[in-house]
Amino acid sequence: MSENKVLHPGLNLHGTDPARHSRAETTIFGFWVFLMADLVLFALLLATYGSMSVHGVAEGPGPGELFDLKLPLIQTLALLASSLTVGLAMLHVKYRSDLRGLAIWLAATALLGLVFLALEALDFHRLAVTENAPPQRSGFLSIYFLLTGTHWLHVACGLIWMAVLAMQTAAWGLDSPVKLRLLRLGLYWHMLDVVWVAIFTFVYLFGALQ
Amino acid sequence: MAEPAHPLLGLLDWGVIVFVDAWRQGTSSAAVAATAGGVAVAGFLAMLVLLTVKGWWRPLWRDWLTSLDHKKIGIMYIVLALVMFARALAEAVVMRSQQAVAVGDPGFLSGEHFGQLFSTHGSIMIFFMAMPFLTGLINYVMPIQIGARDMSFPFMNAVSLMLTAAGAALVMTSLVIGRFSTGGWSGYPPFTGIDLSPGPGVDYWIWAITLASVGSTLTGINFAVTLYKERAPGMHLMRMPLFCWTALCTSILMVFSMTPLTLATLMLWLDRHFGFHFFTVDAGGNLMNYANLFWLFGHPEVYILILPAFGVWSEVITTFSGKALYGYRSMVYATMCIAVLSFTVWLHHFFTMGQSAQLNAVFGIATMAIGIPTGVKVYDWLLTMWRGRIRFTAPMLFATGFLASFVIGGVTGVILANPTVDFAVHNSLFLVAHFHNMLIPGLLFGMIAGLQFWFPLAFGFRLEERWGIFAFALFFAGFHLAFMPLYAMGLMGAPRRSSMWQETAFSPWLAVALLGALMIAGGFIALIVQIARSVRRRSALAVPAGDPWDGRSLEWALPAPTPEWNFPVQPEISCRDAFLEAKRVGDAHQMPDRFEDIDMPRPTAIPAAIGAALFLSGFAIVWQIWWLAGAGALTALAAWIARSFQRETTRTIPAAEIERAHRDWLETLRHTAPVPRERESTPENRGLAEAPAP
Repeated sequence: MSENKVLHPGLNLHGTDPARHSRAETTIFGFWVFLMADLVLFALLLATYGSMSVHGVAEGPGPGELFDLKLPLIQTLALLASSLTVGLAMLHVKYRSDLRGLAIWLAATALLGLVFLALEALDFHRLAVTENAPPQRSGFLSIYFLLTGTHWLHVACGLIWMAVLAMQTAAWGLDSPVKLRLLRLGLYWHMLDVVWVAIFTFVYLFGALQ
Repeated sequence: MAEPAHPLLGLLDWGVIVFVDAWRQGTSSAAVAATAGGVAVAGFLAMLVLLTVKGWWRPLWRDWLTSLDHKKIGIMYIVLALVMFARALAEAVVMRSQQAVAVGDPGFLSGEHFGQLFSTHGSIMIFFMAMPFLTGLINYVMPIQIGARDMSFPFMNAVSLMLTAAGAALVMTSLVIGRFSTGGWSGYPPFTGIDLSPGPGVDYWIWAITLASVGSTLTGINFAVTLYKERAPGMHLMRMPLFCWTALCTSILMVFSMTPLTLATLMLWLDRHFGFHFFTVDAGGNLMNYANLFWLFGHPEVYILILPAFGVWSEVITTFSGKALYGYRSMVYATMCIAVLSFTVWLHHFFTMGQSAQLNAVFGIATMAIGIPTGVKVYDWLLTMWRGRIRFTAPMLFATGFLASFVIGGVTGVILANPTVDFAVHNSLFLVAHFHNMLIPGLLFGMIAGLQFWFPLAFGFRLEERWGIFAFALFFAGFHLAFMPLYAMGLMGAPRRSSMWQETAFSPWLAVALLGALMIAGGFIALIVQIARSVRRRSALAVPAGDPWDGRSLEWALPAPTPEWNFPVQPEISCRDAFLEAKRVGDAHQMPDRFEDIDMPRPTAIPAAIGAALFLSGFAIVWQIWWLAGAGALTALAAWIARSFQRETTRTIPAAEIERAHRDWLETLRHTAPVPRERESTPENRGLAEAPAP
């Protein structure tokens, strides 16, 4: 059957683990569709941000006065690096059933994710308290916090998911369900990265330029 | 601001219970509310008593609520839809009664109560009648039509059902505890903001809708992936029955368009309770954000609702005309065009809200353009009937009623698509008449026809015709009486959502509309009577051979009721209308050479647990009982994670069992007399169609 040759976008198992690959097809495709639905959410948030960062500033401070590029830049680097580490973890899933290597790279990803979350939380605190610019102050700040907060929650969910998968990998090793879940976690993590690149560009860079 | 929430009970106190409120107020409006609440409570208690007396608790739990079988989930969706339909229809009759007596008189309902009624009526009809109904039909029929054994994601399917049910339960709860929103089904701020709508009403609306919309997003993903990945060998896209095509377009629309709604309702909630400024009138908020987000959902939603009904019509009209669908390809392209165009017209819902004339013109033209593919479909259906040997069964009567009525609605739609005309009639009863004219003949008739058409698959017996024809007559005449007067009143200047009138010239129109509403309610009762009588006469109506209508697609090639595993062996498809072709060449019911074990999803309680936890969480958020809200959400999350630790998610049905069942069925077929089409509505019809003349 040529079923094994049907590839899906992203990392495929067909070369190294054909039996599992044939089962991956539907699951991974379904997850791509989910990611698309999730991207619709971020697209809407970004579109609303595009409108409200101009028209919704009201009496409050605008993007140009608030955003400091230093922290977001470090966050960006942390998240980009975590995309690399999660990619390396996925290569371990694909080419060897080496649990140690997988554990190391996943732990590195989780650590970078935590760094990202902590820095973002610091930035939220700085804005809301130090700069007296909480989401209640203006429409622009409402959407800024909702957009970045939604992304923050997504990263946090990714970390919980990672913890659950770490437990399952430890308990059961790399059997089919766990393997497919790890592949999906990888895709999810990359998507968060892509979304963050959009946020960094449209929110922080464009904001700082104003 | 209002008093702070109690740490344990939030804002709950005795006064929020509708009966206590009615006692304290003593008005006729409150009495109506208490009666409605009483009916809801009595219905709920009656259900508990019935389940206990009959000893149905265990089967309900074991065979239904924990089932991941797409067929059972589909049936549960439809039961939910019918229950909610009954409530929203009763509300429509109450509103029409109020309007009929409230000419130059306040009538028996307060304006505030009337506002709740049209809000629940609209919200229920869209989210808890239409959506579950079409989701249920697709759930049952689509996987069988493409030759699959289940959805791609059976667990997620059950979660979607439970989320929808949780939302519906929230709306029902609002009947007894507290009150519902008065902001209409579209819930526009700033009216639904905290200043103008304090209290739990809008929050009930927000969380009921949010749960249902998340459920629908997941459903959309599930349907789309199933259609792309689970088709049997040889079932190319262009060989799918048209119902599957419409299901595909609907599911794509669901994936893209439910999210804007979820986001809009969440933003509204943040505005209301956390002082955010998305839609407020001050501090940079803008209600146009809401209008755009809501209608980015709302317009595709219209096609989510109508497309599956179009699919039903294509199946019903071909089957009962005894002809292949005219212009299959043009139907597919028309369906796709409608799906794509549905994203280009959302602005016509607010032509009057301040865009430039040029922009309005663009959207007006796009809106009119949708009339083209829809027109293609109507002609295709007419040409399918042309020179066919039409049998006027109940579903076919609904189909003809649909064609005649729907075109009127389409024409008024094109009228409304002209922005200059829209300026004159927006917010009038003309608009109300228009969208009811699309949704009742289009969607509702389609769902009822689908129910009557596919009922034998699910339960193994036909619905008797006579009461089905009564139901059609009442629905059809009732619809025209109820809504044609509204066109006239709209042109005379009657605003929508009005609880009373000063203009006495409206009186006769309103009386006719009330009569129509009563007839529609009578149609619903006739439908229930039809089902009840058919259940009683089920042995006379049984169609064990599975093909009562000389069907064309795969779902009729199976025993009725459909076995759990759908197909004993995976079918191979070589053409469109594969089952009809197999009957023509005489190899429709074969004994396969060998059977294999089949893995089917094992029942699990987790979807029900997630639904129950999120219902509690939603209720708690509405009443600001924060500990319960958190506990419910965490329970749902924990249940979801727990699912990933379940290792045994399938059970194996041995090949021998499948072989035995199939052999028995073939034996039944041998003893079944084929029935000619003229006598398909008589008890002679045991589900085996007479072979067509060579």
